[in-house]
Amino acid sequence: MSDLESFRAEARAWLEENCPPEMRTPAKGDEDICWGGRNFKFQSEAQKLWMERCAAKGYTVPDWPKAYGGAGLTPQETKVLRQEMAKLGCRSPLNSFGIWMLGPALLKFGTEEQKVHYLNQIARGEIRWCQGYSEPGSGSDLVSMQTYGEDKGDHWVVNGQKIWTSYADKADWIFCLVRTDKTNKYQGISFLLFDMETPGVSTKPIKLISGNSPFCETFFDNVVVPKHQIVGEVNRGWDVAKYLLGHEREMISGMGGDGGVTSIGAAMKEVLAQEPVLRAQMALFDVDNLTFRAHGERFMDEWKTGKAHPAYSNLMKYVGTELNKKRNELIMSIGGSQALEWESERSNGGSKARNWLRTKANSIEGGTSEVMLNVVSKRILEMPGA
Amino acid sequence: MAMTLNDDQIMLRESAKDFMASEAPVTHFRKYRDMGCKDGFSHGLWKQFAEMGFTGILIPEAEGGMGMGHIEAGIVLEEIGRNLSPSPFLTTSVAAVEALKLADKAMRERWFPGILAGETVIALAIEEGIKHRPEKIACKAERSGNGFKLSGQKQFVIHGTSSDMLIVAARTAGAAGETDGLTLFAVDKDAAGLSMEAARLVDSAMAAHVTLDGVHVDADAVIGEVDGGWSVLGKVLDAGRAGAAAEMVGVGSGAMDMTFEYLKTRKQFDRVIGEFQALQHRAAHLYGEMEGARSIVLKAQSLLDEGHAKAELYVAAAKAKAGIACNLAVREGVQMHGGIGMTDEYDIGLYMKRDRSLNEFFGDAYYHADRVATMNGY
Repeated sequence: MSDLESFRAEARAWLEENCPPEMRTPAKGDEDICWGGRNFKFQSEAQKLWMERCAAKGYTVPDWPKAYGGAGLTPQETKVLRQEMAKLGCRSPLNSFGIWMLGPALLKFGTEEQKVHYLNQIARGEIRWCQGYSEPGSGSDLVSMQTYGEDKGDHWVVNGQKIWTSYADKADWIFCLVRTDKTNKYQGISFLLFDMETPGVSTKPIKLISGNSPFCETFFDNVVVPKHQIVGEVNRGWDVAKYLLGHEREMISGMGGDGGVTSIGAAMKEVLAQEPVLRAQMALFDVDNLTFRAHGERFMDEWKTGKAHPAYSNLMKYVGTELNKKRNELIMSIGGSQALEWESERSNGGSKARNWLRTKANSIEGGTSEVMLNVVSKRILEMPGA
Repeated sequence: MAMTLNDDQIMLRESAKDFMASEAPVTHFRKYRDMGCKDGFSHGLWKQFAEMGFTGILIPEAEGGMGMGHIEAGIVLEEIGRNLSPSPFLTTSVAAVEALKLADKAMRERWFPGILAGETVIALAIEEGIKHRPEKIACKAERSGNGFKLSGQKQFVIHGTSSDMLIVAARTAGAAGETDGLTLFAVDKDAAGLSMEAARLVDSAMAAHVTLDGVHVDADAVIGEVDGGWSVLGKVLDAGRAGAAAEMVGVGSGAMDMTFEYLKTRKQFDRVIGEFQALQHRAAHLYGEMEGARSIVLKAQSLLDEGHAKAELYVAAAKAKAGIACNLAVREGVQMHGGIGMTDEYDIGLYMKRDRSLNEFFGDAYYHADRVATMNGY
């Protein structure tokens, strides 16, 4: 048996023994997702147990080094672990922007002390993070941001406003882009970390067209941030932000749909049998969906071996988010009048309609489709012009 | 399997790339088109294919071939597509070889050596209507003496008049629309009662309308089992579909690269037109479509090579996606080239013509999207 196969057997045995049966059923909604953090209320004892056992084993962040709370697995072992989890239907033990976004940035740009401190907290699900990037006047043109940190010797005093901060009202800490030099556009931004309970920080949820409020406005009024809470060098936060955006795009590109390769058409075959044009649209969608899965698989294999273009995740983000929007348009069309229900028990609180509306943000957040096409065109296709 | 090419496959790609670019570039295609060649391809080039080992790429090593799989055949086909190299590779070395691999030893020994030497051409006589509907085959094969008597019409028989043998799908039982009762036959091109009428297609390939008027074949002409031809035909068609999809990845990539190059050099309004965002976004979108097509074609090939249960689904999706993406590439190609793209002198239009034929060959994108829906349970 190869090393990888013996690891597979070992991982399988560990999962069998440690994953509670309740955690082997699909998550039904947002409330079944474990986000961790100081104020997180576990839905069940099983949810808590599953997160804690994984954290102790290093499996909340399997590919991070052991010193930072991970299990030190190789990319191949990580893939095997995920395959085994999928086979058993194990839920993700812990979801977090700390794992997906801040973690990779700290691994690359953080000091040893920062890595040991913050990464371990993230791995154990102790601190829930949010991201402070966009501002009311700075969306696609993020670098025009104005939130300012005034240098006061051993600390900065931060004033300004962020917008579209995901779950800011539930987060414990924020990683935030702050302008520390007004004279230099790109090299005048610093990447700061601070506690959301610091005096002067306040949040206000934004109600979206879906009726839900996953995003907030976040305000900073004379917020004191000690100098050691910076990632990377002063005024070089844009490098960290760009690196992290790459990770965000990779993550969102995986959202081509949660249904994976399984077609949504089979469950609605009676409707589709009566609607030949809709069935045809569904069929063409399935072709694109299978294509996207294969594309993602190829991209990850090339990424791991260093063969992928560094800007390629922008393409995947564009394709994946547009696909997910199309999927939800079809779900609404197939669902007919039933899918229109907004407040009713049978519609699970209007979940189809709300999900459909939520997906409209996919091609806006983390870089719009139009910005993605600009990047692909300039960096990968090397088209001329500014 | 990892979705990346291994070192051997990369080497094969390099040698196929060099070979097609030097021995069979678009100028070669033009030369044979302009001379009105009755075959539509060069027999000399077919021999060179053999010297490179390409003609026997799918033939087992024990029988003198390279014993490779659909990924490798696809690598060669992509370069054929990129250069519009005219050859019987897809019909003979991919689809027909796939059929012969399921035939008995005597038949393999009869045909493999000629294919390996680049001397034999085999055509597929499957289609009967104007659209690909293999289950609707009505061509009859009645028992007669120690063999069968074939009667019916076949269409879209590529390289028919240049072939040495035709693989004919006919009905030994059942009625049109049923998958049971089909049988595949190896029919000699010169068999009595077989007549052909050749037609040049839009992409300058030669296709034949074939009439079988009581053509007698011996029992040993059967490929696979009598009445059980559907499973053999399924393999032949899937090999052909994956192959045509790979060739379309090449055609689409060739058209796309040529177009991107044009966007970077053509000036209007004192600017290189590639600076215009309206064109940049379309270019980036097209690139995404072609990358997707390339990915699903590779996935389909690797599942075919593994003999995976989902291979049929992925081959259908790959033929559909490659067709959609390649078609977009040639349409955008002609449009973005502007007036010059409409001229015969410029190559982009040749890619558009080739795409049209390949999209139709072995079933178009609509046909295969419909199959994807059926296989997905709706």
